Amino acid sequence: MANISKSDRTKEKRSEIAAKNRRELIAAGLKRRDLLKMGLLTSAGMLIPKSGLSARPLTSAGFAYDDTPQSRPTTPFVEEMPRLVEKTGSASQTILTGPPPQRTYNSLGGESRTVDHQVFNELPPQKYYEVHQRAFQAKAHREFSQPSTLWGYDGIFPGPLFKAYYGEPMLVRHWNDLPPDGQNGGFGLNSTTTHLHNGHTPQESDGYPCYFNDRGKFYDHHYPNVLAGYRSTHPNVDPRVGIPGDLKESMHTLWYHDHRFDYTSQNVYKGMAGMFNLFHKNGQFDGGDETMGFRLPSYPNYDVNMVFNDAVYDRQTDQLAFDLFNLDGILGDKMQVNGKVQPIFRVAPRRYRLRWLNMGPSRFYQFSILDPTNNSTRPVWQLSTDGNFLDRPVKVNGVRLSVAERTDVIVDFTGMAGRTFYIENRLEQTDGRGPTGNVLAAGQGTKVLQIVVDQPLQGTDQSVNFDTALASLPAGQPYFYGYPDMNTPVRVTRTFKFERNNGQWAVNGKFPNCLEPPRFTIQLNTAEKWIFQNNSGGWQHPIHMHFEEFQTTRINGRAPSASGIVEAGRKDVLRLEHNMQAEVYFRFRDFKGLLPMHCHNVVHEDHAMMVLLNIGDVGDLKTNP
Amino acid sequence: MKNISRRNVMALLGAAPLVGAVVARGETPKPAAGAAAAAAASRDRIRERHFPNVELVTHEGRKVRFYDDLIRGKIVVINFMYAKCEGICPGITTNLVKVQRMLGDRVGKDIFMYSFSLKPEQDTPQSLAEYAKMHKVGPGWQYLTGAPADLELLRRKLGFTDPDPLVDADKSNHIGNVRYGNEPMQLWAACPGMMKPEMILESIGWLAPGLSVMSAKGDRK
Repeated sequence: MANISKSDRTKEKRSEIAAKNRRELIAAGLKRRDLLKMGLLTSAGMLIPKSGLSARPLTSAGFAYDDTPQSRPTTPFVEEMPRLVEKTGSASQTILTGPPPQRTYNSLGGESRTVDHQVFNELPPQKYYEVHQRAFQAKAHREFSQPSTLWGYDGIFPGPLFKAYYGEPMLVRHWNDLPPDGQNGGFGLNSTTTHLHNGHTPQESDGYPCYFNDRGKFYDHHYPNVLAGYRSTHPNVDPRVGIPGDLKESMHTLWYHDHRFDYTSQNVYKGMAGMFNLFHKNGQFDGGDETMGFRLPSYPNYDVNMVFNDAVYDRQTDQLAFDLFNLDGILGDKMQVNGKVQPIFRVAPRRYRLRWLNMGPSRFYQFSILDPTNNSTRPVWQLSTDGNFLDRPVKVNGVRLSVAERTDVIVDFTGMAGRTFYIENRLEQTDGRGPTGNVLAAGQGTKVLQIVVDQPLQGTDQSVNFDTALASLPAGQPYFYGYPDMNTPVRVTRTFKFERNNGQWAVNGKFPNCLEPPRFTIQLNTAEKWIFQNNSGGWQHPIHMHFEEFQTTRINGRAPSASGIVEAGRKDVLRLEHNMQAEVYFRFRDFKGLLPMHCHNVVHEDHAMMVLLNIGDVGDLKTNP
Repeated sequence: MKNISRRNVMALLGAAPLVGAVVARGETPKPAAGAAAAAAASRDRIRERHFPNVELVTHEGRKVRFYDDLIRGKIVVINFMYAKCEGICPGITTNLVKVQRMLGDRVGKDIFMYSFSLKPEQDTPQSLAEYAKMHKVGPGWQYLTGAPADLELLRRKLGFTDPDPLVDADKSNHIGNVRYGNEPMQLWAACPGMMKPEMILESIGWLAPGLSVMSAKGDRK
């Protein structure tokens, strides 16, 4: 296979370079012992490859000009994968520190919000949560000499897991308790913006990148947890759910992260990310109970969130290292799941729902379940794209996730007691520009997580078995909600070209400006067609729109694929690959105000690959905003 | 590369400042005594990685050291250009001149603007002085040239590079970003040089006191 031979050639070239460098170093009077002591040479005689965080060009000698940070080698699969910590809320607002929450912004009371809540009185919070953003210490691997300083929500990484319900509006108060200026450990800004990614959230609570929550202040986020269309196309109470809105707009696997203008990459990489599971009440549909509704494996025992990220820990200090002077995208040399380097996940011989999130900063993944006994791939049932269910699950050998994309899968370990599997990343990526396009053969990729089937089976697995359930489902009938209709006529078609001019990331040749009016205005309660274009064969961009999901209608002139690497479905991130043009359909409903649309390679995002836009009563017809 | 010195090898590996520490401490650095020590340590790492103390010449003919004289303890605004650039440079310079006017007398006092030459073999201090004069660049903004190898090192250390070697080698299509940083605060970011000058000013204001209209941060102690 061409891709393998190319990979082999690359490895060969690297080892040639390493051997050459080694000869030069020894000629320069450095003893092999010195190099070993310095950790620059392995016992096998290879130089430690300097292909860590930086994506910058190498000198002819094969080294980066800069002191590219790299992590110390660590033994894989010795740490246990932590489960996310569920956030505790209260029905009483008395748990909140500071003044009681209110509709209007409360500057005098210490709040940094500058816009009133849109639907605070109509949908008053039923649950209150308080989060403290602060610095903390954590060790991602036991072989690190000391813990690294991170920043996180409630001082943990990943941040606490929210368990939210449709029809149960909530309020989350974020206190910025980050360290004072000059104590960021080398990167990160102590001014934040918390974005609920995929949420159908009014903009003042969504995490608009130009709204800042500065240190010492708080910001109240009001999440109404409504179904889209509740104030427009679907105002009547759906008796199946007990709330208005379009049931087909349900979403389930969301996440939240820092979105501070210019500093998102630094702050998220430093640990400011967590997940947010949104359920329907009473076990209905996706209700977290495998005996009811869609009968997906029960939360929390068999419904497991997994946050994937790559990182570099400076081997001199074992502190998390960030390349401050990179414009392209940064890659880590440690693969983490839920904050641990290459951990172990122990399961019982039954079905599990795994919620996978690529939290970035710049790496794309293609995950498969690897059976190491014969390097084969175990298929999984893919349930969703981003937070949103497909119309019915699809059996796939792998899923591709660019930054910020999510997917839920069912992995069946029934009858597999005693066996070991891996989650393997098979997508080749050598720098921050995006994957090369090569998919490595099973067993040739990077094992990110070890799965050991050594837990006892408790009771019976009552979750749905899609092998049989789908066989009895009439053709064309969705297993989940089905897709919302696209009957609302398109009011305007807008084209967005994602480009790089003199290293400046731009959309339609323009840059965002927090101080100017938004670039264009969408008319509330209308539909639009957007065309995303990438004319580059070198760069890829995960394009994210806030507040509303889209349905992809065309990719490069063809229908989006519904099997294999799934492109169809409702999404909030469009994986804009090499030389791709994608057409998507949006409806904009319920709330008004300022929003961003941007590249979610957070390094590109921080260097201006973003459009600031508006939803208003009267929209414009700009076709290339 | 036969006559490579031990010092150069260390520099090449970027490990030079750490060798002593690594050997002496056996790669088990002790946890920092306090916040101040930790801040000093991470600040040193940024300097070691990105701020070589190379000697440069200003457009006024003054010899300066990059770290000691231009970066240490300062808030800085940085771009790369060359005097005969007919592509993106004039636009960015015009933009930054507007930023300089808005910054007023703070330029040269607590905020420093630097333009580094991409073609030091052509850009003499005199030609850079002419360029600055032509664009009505005010005092406190320095144009810098020097040994070509030193400026190339700086360009790479500060990330004004393209990962595609062919694109990177084409100086007429060079990186048009502006970097700004607060060295003691360990805050560094960048924006397109063609971004609106008001927004560049605002971005600088997120790491310099008294400038931001969007954040109270700059005024907080």
